[in-house]
Amino acid sequence: LLGRASLLVSAALKEGRVAPTELCQRCLSLIKSTKFLNAYITVAEETALKQAEESEKRYKRGQPLGVLDGIPIAVKDNFNTAGIETTCASNMLKGYISPYNATVVQKLLDQGAVLLGKTNLDEFAMGSGSTDGVFGPVRNPWSYSRQYKEKSVPKSHSEDKDSNWVITGGSSGGSAAAVSSFTCFAALGSDTGGSTRNPAAHCGVVGLKPTYGLISRHGLIPLVNSMDVPGILTRCVDDAAVVLGSLAGHDPKDSTTIQDNFKPFELSDLTDVSKLSIGIPKEYHAPGLSSEILALWSKAADLFKNAGAKVIEVSLPHTRYSIVCYHVLCTAEVASNMARFDGLEYGHRSDMNKSTESMYAATRREGFNDVVRGRILSGNYFLLKQNYENYFIKAQKVRRLIANDFVKVFGSGVDILLTPTTLSDAIPYMEFIKEDNRTRSAQDDILTQAANMAGLPAINVPTALSERGLPVGLQFIGRSFQEKQLLTVAKWFEKQVKFPMIQLDEVKRHDHGVFQHQKSASFLEHRT
Amino acid sequence: LCLWGHPYLNSIFLLFFFFFSLTPWVPVVGLEIHAQISSNSKLFSGSQVQFAAPPNSLVSFFDASLPGTLPVLNRRCVEAAVMTGLALNCSINKKSLFDRKHYFYADLPAGYQITQQRVPIAVNGSLSYSLCIDNKMSQMVTKTVRIKQIQLEQDSGKSLHDDVRSQTLVDLNRAGVGLMEVVMEPDMCCGEEAAAAVRELQLILQTLGSSQAVMAEGQLRVDANVSVHHPGEPYGVRTEVKNINSIRFLAKAVDYEIERQIEELESGGTILNETRAFDSKLGCTVPMRDKEGKQDYRFMPEPNLPPLILYNARSLPANMNHQQVVNIDWIHERLPDLPSVKRAKLVEQYGILPEHSFTLLNEAGLTEFFEDVIKQTQMKPKKVIGWILNDLLSYLKQHSLTVKESPVSSFLLADLLNRLEKKEISSTAAKQVFAELWKGEGKTPLEIVKEKKLQLIQDQEDLERICQAVIDGQENEVIICQCRKDGVLALPHLLGRTRSSLPGSLV
Repeated sequence: LLGRASLLVSAALKEGRVAPTELCQRCLSLIKSTKFLNAYITVAEETALKQAEESEKRYKRGQPLGVLDGIPIAVKDNFNTAGIETTCASNMLKGYISPYNATVVQKLLDQGAVLLGKTNLDEFAMGSGSTDGVFGPVRNPWSYSRQYKEKSVPKSHSEDKDSNWVITGGSSGGSAAAVSSFTCFAALGSDTGGSTRNPAAHCGVVGLKPTYGLISRHGLIPLVNSMDVPGILTRCVDDAAVVLGSLAGHDPKDSTTIQDNFKPFELSDLTDVSKLSIGIPKEYHAPGLSSEILALWSKAADLFKNAGAKVIEVSLPHTRYSIVCYHVLCTAEVASNMARFDGLEYGHRSDMNKSTESMYAATRREGFNDVVRGRILSGNYFLLKQNYENYFIKAQKVRRLIANDFVKVFGSGVDILLTPTTLSDAIPYMEFIKEDNRTRSAQDDILTQAANMAGLPAINVPTALSERGLPVGLQFIGRSFQEKQLLTVAKWFEKQVKFPMIQLDEVKRHDHGVFQHQKSASFLEHRT
Repeated sequence: LCLWGHPYLNSIFLLFFFFFSLTPWVPVVGLEIHAQISSNSKLFSGSQVQFAAPPNSLVSFFDASLPGTLPVLNRRCVEAAVMTGLALNCSINKKSLFDRKHYFYADLPAGYQITQQRVPIAVNGSLSYSLCIDNKMSQMVTKTVRIKQIQLEQDSGKSLHDDVRSQTLVDLNRAGVGLMEVVMEPDMCCGEEAAAAVRELQLILQTLGSSQAVMAEGQLRVDANVSVHHPGEPYGVRTEVKNINSIRFLAKAVDYEIERQIEELESGGTILNETRAFDSKLGCTVPMRDKEGKQDYRFMPEPNLPPLILYNARSLPANMNHQQVVNIDWIHERLPDLPSVKRAKLVEQYGILPEHSFTLLNEAGLTEFFEDVIKQTQMKPKKVIGWILNDLLSYLKQHSLTVKESPVSSFLLADLLNRLEKKEISSTAAKQVFAELWKGEGKTPLEIVKEKKLQLIQDQEDLERICQAVIDGQENEVIICQCRKDGVLALPHLLGRTRSSLPGSLV
C-alpha cells in the first residue's frame, strides 16, 4: 500500500479499506526503520497522529476535505511550519520554531494532509548532494535496494560495505529519499537551480518545478528569490498534478504570484502524440554527460518519434553561459537574503558580546557553514559599487538572453523540450565529497538551472535503471504556465517507460502483502 | 631672510588677503527630507502605525524580518506619494522600482532597507515658498527650489543605548513605516530659506494628509547639505547636518554651519565631507561618529516586488480591478487646494494683505477660525483679520496654545465684534471684553459688558456733563496754554482724562 500512488490510497481511504491513523502509523514506523537514510531532520509524530485522527473523523462523517485528506506528506526543512522546528539544516536556525506556516504548508494542511515531518537538505538549500547540512548527508534509498545491491560489486572485501552508498542529489535530497523510500506519498522540495529535479532523478521519483509565480513562496526561506519555486516530489505524474492543483494560485502574501485564477486539472491519458512537437536542445549534450544517459535520451526521443510526434533538434545557444550567470545572481541574492541572520531577532546568537559588530561576526561565523559564508562573500563582492555593472548587470542581461532562447524555441512551434536531468546516475558519497560544493553544484545544475533562469515549468520523470541499478531520469521543460500540457506529456512518457519500483527490505517488512513486486522492466532493457 | 619684508611678496599677500576678505562667500544649501506617510499600516506589512505605542507592540513577522516573509506594497502609501509628487509639480513615473540598500544596524532587522534608488516614484518637481526680507512681514519674496525626486522607502526601528548597563534596546514599532524621501536640489542659500521651504512643504503635506509632518514626533526629518564657495567657482566640499528637530533649529543649524565653514576656510582650514549633528543646546554643529567611514550599500533590485506600475485615465486597463490599480488622474482631480492657492483665495475673497494670508495658514486651524468669524459677523474681513492676528494670535502665542485650544470660540469673538460693529461698545472696551473672555469663565460678551459697565454712552447730555466735569477738574492754566499753542494737541490729553474718569469707554 505504501508504495502506491496517493490517488489510489485516497480511494482506499475513502472506501474505508485503510484508516488515516493506520496509514500514518505505518509511515511513522517506516521512517523509524529507515532512519539510517537521514531523510528527516524532524519527525512530528505527535502532531501527525493528531492530524490523522482528525482526518479519520472526517472520513467517518463522510466529509473528507479532498483527495489529499489523510495522505501523509513531508516538507523540506526550509519551509516554515508553525510549531515544528524549521532549521534549513543550519546551526543558524537549529531550534528555531516559526510562528507561522508557509502558504504551501497551510494549503496542504487545509486539505487534510498529514504532515509527518521536515526533510533534510544542504544548508540553506545550497548544494546538489544533500551532503552539506549540519545534520549530515542523506543516503539514497536505492543504495539499499535489491536492484543496486545485485549490480554493484564491492571493490574489495576489506572496504567497508557501507561505503558504497550513493548520494540522493540535492538540495531536496531528504524529500526525494522520503518519497522514494515510501515513508510519505508526496513531499515538498524547493527548486532554485534544479534542487527538486536533481534528487528526483537520482532517487527515481517524479520532481516537478512549476512555473515561477504559480505557487506562493511565502514561508519558503529563500535562496534566490527570483528563481526559487516550491517543488513537488511524488511517485507518479498524476500525484504531482494533484498536489500542484492544491498549491497553485495567487497568494496575497507573495506579490510575485500571478493574479489569474488557477483551475486544478486532472490529467487525461494521451492517446495521440502525433500533434506534439518535441524539441531536443543540442546544447544539453553537455560535457560529462554519461553515454548511458545519452543513449537513454535518444531512445526517449525515438519513442516519441515512433509514436508519431515531431521530434526536432533545437538550439538554446546561451545555455553555456548559464552556470557563470547563475553563480553571480545566486550569490548576490544569497548575500542579501542572509543579512537578516545577525543573531538579534531569532536564531543562533554568539556569546561574544564585546560589541554589536563582533557579535554579528561571531554569530555568522558560528551559524553558517563554509558554503554559505563563501557565497555571501562572493555575492557581496559582485554587489560592490565598482563591480555591480561588470557582474550583476551583465549576469542579468545574460539571464534575459537565456530566457529569450526559450521564447524563440517555443515560438517556433516546439511544445515541450526533452533533456536529461542529470549528467549521470547518483555517485557514491565517498566519491562525491572529493570535489567541493561549488564545483559539484556547477556540474550538477547544468541541465536544470536554465529553466529557473527562464522561470519555466520542468519535470523529472524517472525513466530507467542504470547499469549499476540506479535510477536515471529525463527532464521535460514546458511553456510558462502550461503545466497541464507538460504533465500530460510526462504522464504519457511515464506510462511508456514503466519505471521499476524500488525493492527495499525495510519496506517489505512494513508493508508485506501489499507491496507489489512489479516486474523490473526498465526502459533500457525494454528497448535494447 | 624675511619674506614679509620683501615689498613685492608683501603686496601679493595683501592682494590675496584682499581678494578673500572682499569676495563674498556663497553658501549652498540642499535638503533631504524624510516624511513619514500618514497611513494606518506600514509600507510593506499590515502592522499598525502609531506614535508612542508600547515598544515592539506594532511588529509583524515581516517587520521583524522572520525568514520566509515577503513584502506586500501598501496601496495607501503609493497614493500618498503620488499625491505629494503631484502637489510638488513632479512628473510621476508610471513605472518605478524597489531596491535593497544594505547595511548592518541593530534597528534594521533584514540587514537592508527597501528603497527606490534607481527609479523613484516621482522626479523633477519644484516647490515655491515665500520668506520676508529683513524680518519685515510687509516685504515678502517668493523663491523656488527644485525637487530632484521623491522616493518610497521603509523607516528603520529605533535603538536606545543604555550606556550605564552598556546595552542597546531595540524598538521595532517604527521599522517598516512608509517614508517619502523628498530630495531638494541645492537651490537655497541660508537658514531662513531652508526653513521657509521646509515650512511650506510641511503645510503642503498636512493639507494633502499624506504626512502629519510633525517634526517633534519625527514624522518630518530634515538633513541639510551645506557648502560654501566663491562665485564662479565649483561648489565647495559639503557637510551633512543631521539631528535637526524643529524648523527654528533648521535655520540656526544651517546658518551656524555656513558661518563655521567660512571661518574655517578663511583661517586656512579645509572642510571635510562629513556628517555633523546639530546640538540645539549649544546652538552649534559637531562631527558625528561616522559608521566606519564610507559605506558601500551594495544596492540590488528587490526581487520580491514587481515593478510598481501606475496608470492614468488613458492607460488604465479596462478589465482591471479598481483595488489593484492606482490612477494618477483620479488622484490629480481630487487634490485639495494647496496652501499657495488657499492664500491667493483668501487675499482675493477677503481683501486681506498677502502677508496676513501667510500668517493665517501658518497656524493650524487659524484660517478656519477666521472664516467662521467672518460668517457670523457683519464686520469687514479686513477689520476682522486685525482681531485674529493681533489679539487672538498673540494671546495664543503668549499662552502657547493652539487655535483648537483657544478659550475664545469663533462664535464668542464674532458676537463681540458684532457689538463693536453696532457701536454698543468702543474698541478699547472690546479689547477689555476679549481679555475677560480669554479667562474662559463661560460668560458671554454681553454679560461682561454689563458687568463691567462698558457700554458706550450715547446720550448727548450725559456726555456733555462728563466732559464739562473733566475740563473743570483741570488746571486751567495748562490747558489754556496748550490750547493757545496748538488746540489739536490738547484734545488727546483731555480725552485721556475723560477716559480715566469713566469705567466704560468713549469712541
